[in-house]
Amino acid sequence: MSETGYKPKPDNATGGLSSAGSQPAFPMRGSLFRKNLVTTLLLAPAALWLVVFLVLPFIAIAIFSVGERAPEGGYQAALTFAQYANLPARATAFWNTMVLAPIGALACLLVAYPVAYYLALRAPQRWRLILLAMIVIPFWTSLLMRTYAWMYILGGRGIPALLAYVGIEDLRLINTPGAVLLGIVYGYLPLMILPIYVSLERLDRRLLEASADLGATPLSTFLGVTLRLSLPGVMTGFSLVMILLLGEYLIPTLLGGGKVFFIGNALVDLFLQSRNWPFGSAIAITLVLVSVVVLIVANRISTRLSGARRVDLI
Amino acid sequence: MTAVPDIEFRAVTKRYGAVTAVSGIDLAIPPSAFVALLGPSGCGKTTCLRMIGGFEQPSEGQVLIRGRDMAGTPPYRRPVNMVFQQYALFPHLDVEENISYGLRQARPRLSSREISQRAGEALAMVQLAGYGRRKIHELSGGQQQRVALARALVNKPAVLLLDEPLAALDKKLRTDMQIELQNLQREIGITFVLVTHDQEEALSMSDFVCVMNGGRVVQLGQPSEIYDEPADLFVADFVGKTNLLSGKVAGLSGDLVNVALADGTVIAARKRVPLSRGEAVSVSLRPESLSLSAPGSGALKGIVRNRIFLGSTAEYAIEVQGIGSLLAKADHVIGQGNLFKPGEPVAIGFAAGAPLAFPHAKNNGTNQREDQNAEILP
Repeated sequence: MSETGYKPKPDNATGGLSSAGSQPAFPMRGSLFRKNLVTTLLLAPAALWLVVFLVLPFIAIAIFSVGERAPEGGYQAALTFAQYANLPARATAFWNTMVLAPIGALACLLVAYPVAYYLALRAPQRWRLILLAMIVIPFWTSLLMRTYAWMYILGGRGIPALLAYVGIEDLRLINTPGAVLLGIVYGYLPLMILPIYVSLERLDRRLLEASADLGATPLSTFLGVTLRLSLPGVMTGFSLVMILLLGEYLIPTLLGGGKVFFIGNALVDLFLQSRNWPFGSAIAITLVLVSVVVLIVANRISTRLSGARRVDLI
Repeated sequence: MTAVPDIEFRAVTKRYGAVTAVSGIDLAIPPSAFVALLGPSGCGKTTCLRMIGGFEQPSEGQVLIRGRDMAGTPPYRRPVNMVFQQYALFPHLDVEENISYGLRQARPRLSSREISQRAGEALAMVQLAGYGRRKIHELSGGQQQRVALARALVNKPAVLLLDEPLAALDKKLRTDMQIELQNLQREIGITFVLVTHDQEEALSMSDFVCVMNGGRVVQLGQPSEIYDEPADLFVADFVGKTNLLSGKVAGLSGDLVNVALADGTVIAARKRVPLSRGEAVSVSLRPESLSLSAPGSGALKGIVRNRIFLGSTAEYAIEVQGIGSLLAKADHVIGQGNLFKPGEPVAIGFAAGAPLAFPHAKNNGTNQREDQNAEILP
């Protein structure tokens, strides 16, 4: 009795009896039109918003990027790829970003995963919401304020001063890559925890029992089932944090003290200080392309690993 | 039974906080048998299965598998495998990877040739050869069911545990799977322990039925024993359809009691436990043991209220003055024209051994309600 022998259901068109519940082949024109109108009206505000504030500026930036800097600053029409050829001039900013963004996202992940795992699978049910709230609430304070707080904590009168009491002198924390990394992990942790928490929370607990039943030790169950099935969450968190880090400006400025220069800082500098809009635009376009590549790769990986048909990144 | 039982419960009790899910069960499941744990939801049957699987630890007592005490042995070191409710197949693995999951956990490691060979055999066993590379979500419910079976059986467990395995299938497929499961069990020859709340499923598939209620085993026996000789009122009522007539013991004569029914009729009934004169009892009469005839003979008289014609049989709801509605089931023979019509008066008779008298219920009251919480907890 195999099920491969299922016959297809009789076609509606051939049987005169079964038309009762089926849709008419040609819906009335009026209703179709009205449906389209409603759809259009519903989508219009969002579409308008996107066109005015995303598409048009993006086109402008793309045009700027193949132009030249006017003598007094700003943009002057041209068609040249000189700005792109000049990208190596900001190699340090690119390098810092390309190194610290993945490392920051990875550090975030390493801190966030155990927290999310505990929250989703180990924490007592009644504590879960409270613990989640404790993770989210600091986010209600501006990142600027919280980063300033770190500036103080890591600065001369903060931890180094405390360490001086126990004899560890001249420790420099602020304005180092380490401080930037710390700020990044602290600032973006909730963005990493939440998607991982959601994917672990959704995990069917019986799969873990099934794995144990089939002889898998807790470690191989974790690696073969829990981790595998939470990868979409991991990839979401990772790409979210990674993309935000690619454009990060605040944390490197405050905790890196201008020494750890990100692309974001380079952009601010080019647009506002040296008023070299075309070069800034070329950098911005490159940054967007890199972000898109990161997104696509992340999506590919998580789709393949989770076995899902489609993965929503956000 | 001379052989060591595959599964043995020794005074097993399981409590969740203040709630007792299973209380003091002693049970020996003979080797190579198809055993059904049958009971209403919350009777502790799933808890029992999970204690065999190792997902729950007994609060008291011992669970033994093939004579070995399993206390402290985690699920991954037990020689049993489970077919989970809704199957719990791994969505990120394809059919073959699901099936070979257990083989890949084996230590010392099996060669990849042996793994793929055994997985292939298991696929063929459940008639899914050629489906190895399919994704789980591409399979129908019945096919997923087979993958779950193959995934468990490929590890050659001592005992296969099945947790309501057919509940998610439609009726036609369920009947097919029942036969297939029976065949598989005979072919492989290992013990199958099936948990179900569906008495028909339990009766039709298993060699032994273990009826549970309120965290206790009420009766263990072959399906026909359970049906014909129920141990108590609960079993009589839960397994199959029956008519329960209340009355009082009017007299005792050897194995039989005379029961005065509510309308004054006195009928002779067999008893399973000692009864005393004047005791309130319920008499169980199976619908098929009632015979209907034209008024004049028979122990009881009634009027047909409803007729449910089922082809080979017909069921009648018969109103009996002073007693209430009785369900009767009669074979239908073509051409015999023995159908009674609604509104028609009939006489109801039954074979001498058919009525069974039980003392009024005491064990399916509060205890059971407590238990219903218990099974939801874990």
